[in-house]
Amino acid sequence: MRFGPYGGRYVPETVIGALDELGAAYSRYREDAEFVAELDGLLASFVGRPTPLYRAERLGASYGIERLYLKREDLCHTGAHKINNALGQVLLAQRMGKRRIIAETGAGQHGVATATAAALFGMHCCVYMGRTDMHRQRLNVIRMKMLGAEVRPVDAGTGTLKHATSEAIRDWVTNVVDTHYVIGSAVGPAPYPEIVAELQSVIGRETRKQILALEGRRPAAAVACVGGGSNAIGMFRGFLDDESVLLVGVEAAGEGIATGHHGASLEFGKPGVLHGSLSYLLQDEDGQVAEAHSISAGLDYPGVGPEHSYLRDTGRVRYESATDREALDAFVALSQSEGIIPALESAHALAFLAREGAALGAEGPVVVCLSGRGDKDVEQAGAALGIDV
Amino acid sequence: MSNGAARLRAAFPADRAALIPYVMGGYPTVAASLDYARALAGHADILELGIPFSDPLADGPTIQSAGQRALESGTRPGDVIDIAGALRGGPPVVLMTYVTLILAAGPDAFFARASDADVAGVIIPDLPLEEGDAIRAAAAAAGVAIVPLAAPTTTDERLAAIGARADAFTYLVSVAGVTGGEVAVDDRLRGFVDRARRAIPGALAVGFGIRTPAQARAIGEFADGVVIASHLVRMIEEAPTHAAAVAALDAYGAELAGALAGATRAS
Repeated sequence: MRFGPYGGRYVPETVIGALDELGAAYSRYREDAEFVAELDGLLASFVGRPTPLYRAERLGASYGIERLYLKREDLCHTGAHKINNALGQVLLAQRMGKRRIIAETGAGQHGVATATAAALFGMHCCVYMGRTDMHRQRLNVIRMKMLGAEVRPVDAGTGTLKHATSEAIRDWVTNVVDTHYVIGSAVGPAPYPEIVAELQSVIGRETRKQILALEGRRPAAAVACVGGGSNAIGMFRGFLDDESVLLVGVEAAGEGIATGHHGASLEFGKPGVLHGSLSYLLQDEDGQVAEAHSISAGLDYPGVGPEHSYLRDTGRVRYESATDREALDAFVALSQSEGIIPALESAHALAFLAREGAALGAEGPVVVCLSGRGDKDVEQAGAALGIDV
Repeated sequence: MSNGAARLRAAFPADRAALIPYVMGGYPTVAASLDYARALAGHADILELGIPFSDPLADGPTIQSAGQRALESGTRPGDVIDIAGALRGGPPVVLMTYVTLILAAGPDAFFARASDADVAGVIIPDLPLEEGDAIRAAAAAAGVAIVPLAAPTTTDERLAAIGARADAFTYLVSVAGVTGGEVAVDDRLRGFVDRARRAIPGALAVGFGIRTPAQARAIGEFADGVVIASHLVRMIEEAPTHAAAVAALDAYGAELAGALAGATRAS
């Protein structure tokens, strides 16, 4: 299963059998009425789906967008879209008879979501998290531990998402027989990118239905932030066939593209292999993977999901980037104009609209995936904004 | 020189298992690692030479940190290929590298350079059998063998498919896991090698977690080759001086070779 030339299974032979097993189980259960009913039931009663599509009038006005809508994934149980995927994969792991769940996490949202799903099903859960990220997303570390998960710090390199993912894969290679690895984004070896995209596509399906009901027409544009790209692919899958809808993915420009400290793999990387799939990748001329940089731990990743690489090459999706500073401005703007504190990740999508939203808004309604809430970011954002208590 | 596969096949002695020690190229520096490679080459049947990579998924902490040190000292893939060139005349060299480094260089350029340095084969732990057609074609054109890997979790059907492609030897991963653990020489390992033997023609080398001469000897009784890697890296790490590391590797290489010569081979 590839997306054009991208994707594949560039992993040690040890886990090939497990990937085959996962692919077969997923093909079976996605068609299984009982499985689908159980997942849909949990998405409704446990996660709180469908999430609202909220019209942000004051923020829209300040961006020059008359009809700006936020898809409120921040209102999902656990505070982000990550639970859509984690719940589906843990349910699948349970059906496959796996007893142990592992995950990587950057911002901690996926770790919390996985720890939550594991608690719900009474499974043992171990989350790998970079040391740097554990400091900047402390709240989520505490939440994971409260949920009964073990959080294993990763000290390698800069102690961020790339390193946590590598360590989770090494665990999986070692314990593959009884362990399911819940990858948190639309990355990794096949079939993971497809499974994650499909589990997240509920975002785009709901949004399409909601905007048609509210506006009687398709949006002019749908915008989402892209780290690995799971909330974005979930949103975009609702509109890929609607050719009039402009799709925009916003990566992290970090301290500015010119500084080299950023996470904009689609704009400034070239194809290479990281974590099992071929995709755009920040790397040096020898192919050594570069360290990404972003104020948001969830976008601090040098790779990106393979489907995004394909959508970039075909031109169906436009990829842009926003700096740490622009994201902080958008973080404040949404908080103070709408009473919604967004995750720093999601603030990148808004930051793009602050820059270019007026032109899009002139064409019709604009929807943004508000992928998560910002509670986890208050200490870091508060410090960056000089808020003194 | 071409036909790396034939040179590798010929490197397996008929009467004992082959000794395949590993050196991380560029750890701690390119010049030092060449000395280590030379010390081990005197005892080796095949030498495995690692190209440092930023994100080595199949490696445990020892080889990860050696690779990191090598990168910090400025080692580039071409430098490691040059080490292979400098070892010309010794046992055949197989490079251990991850797939993205080959893609970044361009498969044709990578294998042409490797071939010029007399590299006989390449081990790519993240390139399973279904992937990398362009890489395989470039390797074949340059006469460099791709050494496939098989794991205890590999099904019989896949073992046969791997065997159909193996033209030099096959690298059997002793245990599900990453490099640098501790191998258990037990019925499970014997069972895996037996299963591979039935499906794969040609020599079978076992690696991952093999440290001691006793382990090497025991595995040498039922496998065709024994790879020792992380333990040798740790010896370099722990040696007080460069000269002491060279001397220790030379002595340990001799001990390992002696152990394999003393192994009673199952016929």
